Amino acid sequence: MPRQGSWGSMELHNNCNTRASFDISRSSSLAQENLSKSQRIRNKSVDFDDNLPHAENPRLIYINDPRRTNDKYEFTGNEIRTSKYTLITFLPKNLFIQFHRVAYLYFLAIAALNQLPPLAVFGRTVSLFPLLFVLCVTAIKDGYEDWRRHRSDRNENNRESLVLQAGEFQMKKWKTIRAGEVVKIHADETIPCDMVLLGTSDPSGLAYIQTMNLDGESNLKTRYARQETASSIFEGCNVLGLIRCEQPNRNIYEFTANMEFNGHRFPLSQSNIVLRGCQLKNTDWIIGVVVYAGQETKAMLNSAVSPSKRSKLESYMNRETLWLSIFLLVMCSVVAVGMGLWLHRHKDELETLPYYRKTYIRNGRENDNDTNLSLYYYGVGTLTENKMEFRKASVYGKDYSSSNFTEDSLQDDNIRDAAVSSRWKLKSEISVDSELMNFLHKDLAGDERIAAYLFFLTLAACNTVIPIVSQDASSGHGRSDSWGEVKAIDYQGESPDEQALVSAASAYGYTLHERTSGHIVIDVNGDKLRLDVLGLHEFDSVRKRMSVVIRFPDNTIKVLVKGADTTMFSILARDTEKDNLIRQVTQSHLTEYSSEGLRTLVVAARDLTDAELEQWQCRYEDASTSLIDRAAKLRQTAALVECNLNLLGATAIEDKLQDGVPEAIEALRQAGIKVWVLTGDKQETAISIGLSCKLLTADMQQIIINGNSEEECRNLLTDAKTRYGVQPAHRKNENSKRSNNPQNGYFEIPDDAKSSNVLQPCSGKEEPDVCAPLALIIDGNSLVYILEKDLESELFDIATSCKVVLCCRVAPLQKAGIVDLIKSRTDDMTLAIGANDVSMIQMADVGVGICGQEGRQAVMASDFAMGQFRFLKRLLLVHGHWNYQRVGYLVLYNFYRNAVFVLMLFWYILCTAFSTTSALTDWSSVFYSVIYTSVPTIVVGILDKDLSHKTLLKYPKLYGAGHRHEAYNLQLFWITMIDTLWQSLVLFYIPLFTYKESSIDIWSIGSLWTIAVVILVNMHLAMDIRRWVFITHAAVWGSIIITYACMVVLDSIPIFPNYWTIYHLAKSPTYWLTILLIIIVALLPRFLFKVIHQIFWPSDIQIAREAEILRKATPNLRSKPNEDSS
Amino acid sequence: MADMNRERHRTRETAFYLFTQQSLPACKPVLTPGWVVEIVDRYDTECVPEAFRIDKISYIQDDSIPKNCSRFMKVHKYMKAPIYIYYQLDNYYQNHRRYVKSRSDKQLLHGQKYHDTSSCQPVELNSGQPIVPCGLIAWSLFNDSFTFIRERAELKVNRKNIAWKSDRDHKFGKNVHPFNFQNGTLIGGGKLNPKIPLSDQEDLIVWMRTSALPSFRKLYGRIEEDLDADDVIVVNLMNNYNTYSFGGKKKLVLSTSSWLGGKNDFLGHACVIIGSSSLILAIVFTLLHLKYRRPHGDTSYLPWNRKSLSG
Repeated sequence: MPRQGSWGSMELHNNCNTRASFDISRSSSLAQENLSKSQRIRNKSVDFDDNLPHAENPRLIYINDPRRTNDKYEFTGNEIRTSKYTLITFLPKNLFIQFHRVAYLYFLAIAALNQLPPLAVFGRTVSLFPLLFVLCVTAIKDGYEDWRRHRSDRNENNRESLVLQAGEFQMKKWKTIRAGEVVKIHADETIPCDMVLLGTSDPSGLAYIQTMNLDGESNLKTRYARQETASSIFEGCNVLGLIRCEQPNRNIYEFTANMEFNGHRFPLSQSNIVLRGCQLKNTDWIIGVVVYAGQETKAMLNSAVSPSKRSKLESYMNRETLWLSIFLLVMCSVVAVGMGLWLHRHKDELETLPYYRKTYIRNGRENDNDTNLSLYYYGVGTLTENKMEFRKASVYGKDYSSSNFTEDSLQDDNIRDAAVSSRWKLKSEISVDSELMNFLHKDLAGDERIAAYLFFLTLAACNTVIPIVSQDASSGHGRSDSWGEVKAIDYQGESPDEQALVSAASAYGYTLHERTSGHIVIDVNGDKLRLDVLGLHEFDSVRKRMSVVIRFPDNTIKVLVKGADTTMFSILARDTEKDNLIRQVTQSHLTEYSSEGLRTLVVAARDLTDAELEQWQCRYEDASTSLIDRAAKLRQTAALVECNLNLLGATAIEDKLQDGVPEAIEALRQAGIKVWVLTGDKQETAISIGLSCKLLTADMQQIIINGNSEEECRNLLTDAKTRYGVQPAHRKNENSKRSNNPQNGYFEIPDDAKSSNVLQPCSGKEEPDVCAPLALIIDGNSLVYILEKDLESELFDIATSCKVVLCCRVAPLQKAGIVDLIKSRTDDMTLAIGANDVSMIQMADVGVGICGQEGRQAVMASDFAMGQFRFLKRLLLVHGHWNYQRVGYLVLYNFYRNAVFVLMLFWYILCTAFSTTSALTDWSSVFYSVIYTSVPTIVVGILDKDLSHKTLLKYPKLYGAGHRHEAYNLQLFWITMIDTLWQSLVLFYIPLFTYKESSIDIWSIGSLWTIAVVILVNMHLAMDIRRWVFITHAAVWGSIIITYACMVVLDSIPIFPNYWTIYHLAKSPTYWLTILLIIIVALLPRFLFKVIHQIFWPSDIQIAREAEILRKATPNLRSKPNEDSS
Repeated sequence: MADMNRERHRTRETAFYLFTQQSLPACKPVLTPGWVVEIVDRYDTECVPEAFRIDKISYIQDDSIPKNCSRFMKVHKYMKAPIYIYYQLDNYYQNHRRYVKSRSDKQLLHGQKYHDTSSCQPVELNSGQPIVPCGLIAWSLFNDSFTFIRERAELKVNRKNIAWKSDRDHKFGKNVHPFNFQNGTLIGGGKLNPKIPLSDQEDLIVWMRTSALPSFRKLYGRIEEDLDADDVIVVNLMNNYNTYSFGGKKKLVLSTSSWLGGKNDFLGHACVIIGSSSLILAIVFTLLHLKYRRPHGDTSYLPWNRKSLSG
């Protein structure tokens, strides 16, 4: 039962315009859902699990009595520590953390084995070198970072704030502040710990804070001190009281507590607390009592890292590493068996030799230091187009959307003047509908006129937007002189939808002018109207509406409600014929609006009788002070007043598409990425947005699944399957198994919209659709039935054969569920992109966050963050492509680089009676992967580009190389390995034949091999580099020079047996000729293969590359290519 | 007067003077085919008297039997001095790990002053004292010796400067004397004159540059006279070194040298083959390119465009 219950409630969740409240409420619903759904969804984002109020074990804070507060419980002080280490713990802890990596353990094991004399391959110090080198570099890096953290901690801890001490506010260092103390903060100061507001410079207890440091939102948020404490603080008396609050948790959107003060007991909520890290703005000062300090503050609890994700390539690489380990094992056993046989064969002879007492067999080694190069593209821009604009309205059954939207069309000059005079200067100009404007200036009589009045009053009052009034010096308005005082008004709200509505109301003459916790002031065409706010039911995902109970100056009480149409129409009054008519008309308007891609809201109101008011007030008081289950209780209370409403009208807000969204989606589709859109919007909106961003096209067959029961869904699914001849997924999976894309899969966009939508790129396989492409449209309701029951596979069959899947009315957790479904059902990678869906972003293989106006929760949870959706095109097509090409090549190259070296050593072992002698000096063996050949690898891994970003963006299909695994696949791996084998044989045998029966000594030939292998692998790399810049040249040729330099140095130390070798060798022409011969013979097959491949079977990348380079080279010689092609 | 003379003398020495007089030091290339002539003579079996050929090991280990032996070498082509004398050992794993490691470079340089000779195992100590030079390599020093006679006159063999100068100067101590070398119970190879410091024991220095491959040559000395074709050289050798226990071959090699070193055709053949095959490939590719030419960078060849073209 709880399962279904939770889903049932979730499907109602919408993205309604009251986004602010949505954000606040989301977390609580998330938490509850998490509990019931945790077995289903492996949710990584269970941040909010611990947020249920622990009523049994509240934290007691005695205001201004830190001694008593900290007496019983040891609350943490306000000192913070973000650093990981201290001087003493640094070494052990850092080493412990570093050795979590398996590669390090491998090296440690090798080094340890080397310390045993019989097993020592290298000298003891030499064998430690690579490990120590890596460990030291990492340790120095960690140490430096930690030192900086220490420093910033020290700065932070030594900042000072005014703390009430002995009746006076005195400066006190942050680190000594304790829970229970009373702190005073002045404007623009940072808040040192989580505090409950007691009073502010504003008599009504209002304070504005900026939570930029916490969640990145730049707009101001209001916080209130309770009237009770605010007044007494303002009057200057000391406040003594007791706060009971929940234990510290990391949910920054929730705070449950109550306060006993002067014998009263009242609730405290999110709006009464200011959190560490926030800044006080637009308020002279605030006074608050510390409830959580130091590490227990929400900001500190939230500074955890999100889980790491691995790329598919990486796991492939591990598979190949396993292969190489097998090779290594085979090689070792060949040596072991060979040595055994050799010893056996020569046993008789050896018995006479005194030194052959014992034989040891040692393992070869392989420096498989996979260079993990993951490049992060961090494009942080600002999202500007994501701005809501009030577009259309339907008031009392009349649609105001056809007429002109310009101010100048107001015919009546008087009205126009009045309109302008009464209008506050807004941040942005809003075009108004002249017909509606004219209508609003008629006398307040008649149902329709009153409805219009209430309609705009609701828009202005029923929200959580804060008006910030400021004198505007640079008034650009022509009329400003005549009226003298033109105030600029800026609406700060947590939801852009609300801001748009309030701005629209203001444009029509209903300006929200002032808001405190107790009342609001609305300027109605110049008359100030003060409304007492008796209660406010914030938006939540279950009700999907918001209501405010208001007392008018004439003592009438009204409930003003706005909400999503699905939940609003069911609570409207159905008394009269007229109501029904208006309802039908409005509904048709709503359909029309949403089909244009507008976001709609229904506005309604009703009068409250005294009895109703009393009953409600009683319940409201009770619910809002309760510590347990406050949300549910408030919801019940809201139901008391949110019923029998009179429909006033509907609004339509345009949520403008960001720049380049259609192009981006088109490009992604061409790139073979399958796009799924998961949105909270309703179906019509989703489809219209889909159409406007070219996700859906007119020629697409739309399969729409809208079931209200399991049976219905099943029928719809089977029907669709038979009609469009969809194959079962298993077969398809087999087909596409080999062509699954390694890079990206499914993901989510906020198309235009803040409601996030999921795009899912599936396998790059193009379905040869004979008939029109299919589009699946499914709503959250049906998804509940489908996902809960065994219809998953049916849905999946259809979904995978569709070009587009659109899921509307999907709750955030359902989105994560869908991503999880795709992940578990296919090998495809998923990419989720969204502005506010933390759980989905963390669920997907790649999570991309968009930093928009909706806050930065998603950005903080994401792997990549960007400013606008269209950047995704660049991220995937350009950076995704580059990164794939580089990593793919580098994996192969690193395998090659190490294998060719190891094989070369191996062949020599066969010539030394299997005794594992290495001709190379110990130092050269170690330096090979650390110094001689590592730098070019890194440089190429960072700088190499096969194609310019212009070409990649021009031909999105080039991204298909990733789907087809072109840069790295098993075949390529084996080809590389065969090439490696050839090269190692050439490396070994050419010097062997050249110096056959000569007086060459072991160190000379070792020196020759060292140089040859270094030049060879660097030339090999140079052959594959596609973009030569200065640094590449320096790295590749520099490596060879450095190798020579190192050898000269090593050969100049008399204590080494290889003393002076290189000087002798360099004098002999044979040496140089041999190196030349090795390089040419070794690379010849690879070169031939490359040339033939490029000439006769060019890859698309190759052609695009030629096109790009030739275009650049011959921009003026237009005629020549024409001749060629003709 | 004397000053003037000196002055003039100095002027004559200057580069300008040499230049104006066209007597700058110069390289004078003459295109002569540089033949390398090589005479190889395997003597390990022949130098064991017939009677002992069944049990060569007991022959070589028996000190009472004289080991001298004479070999005749016929010069089939004119050999220009210097003629290098090598001894060649086959199937002798001087590159075996335990063998290669069994030395102490510090001891070679510092002698007894350096005590840690643990790397020299198993030939490390003799009655508690470190052997100088210690280790298997030194212990197994090659000790066959050769004298060459042409027409009853002994050919002068220069046995100086056969080792690398760098080794003589910096690796082998000038004050290190092999005072207790080969005094142990098991005698390996050659003995050293305890009076001569290691830096002058060139045979040892040559031997200590362990060879890379199981068949190798080591320089024995140089004949500084030209040998004419059809000269017959009598080699009197002392066949002391025991390669019989592991079936190793011993050869004596006389060889001249060219700029590419000794007689080895591999490099030349390889270069010619690779060069000519590269040339052929170049021609083939040129032809292929002319026949099947693909316009470079023609985007209509992109796979998706191709599909649309054909469809």
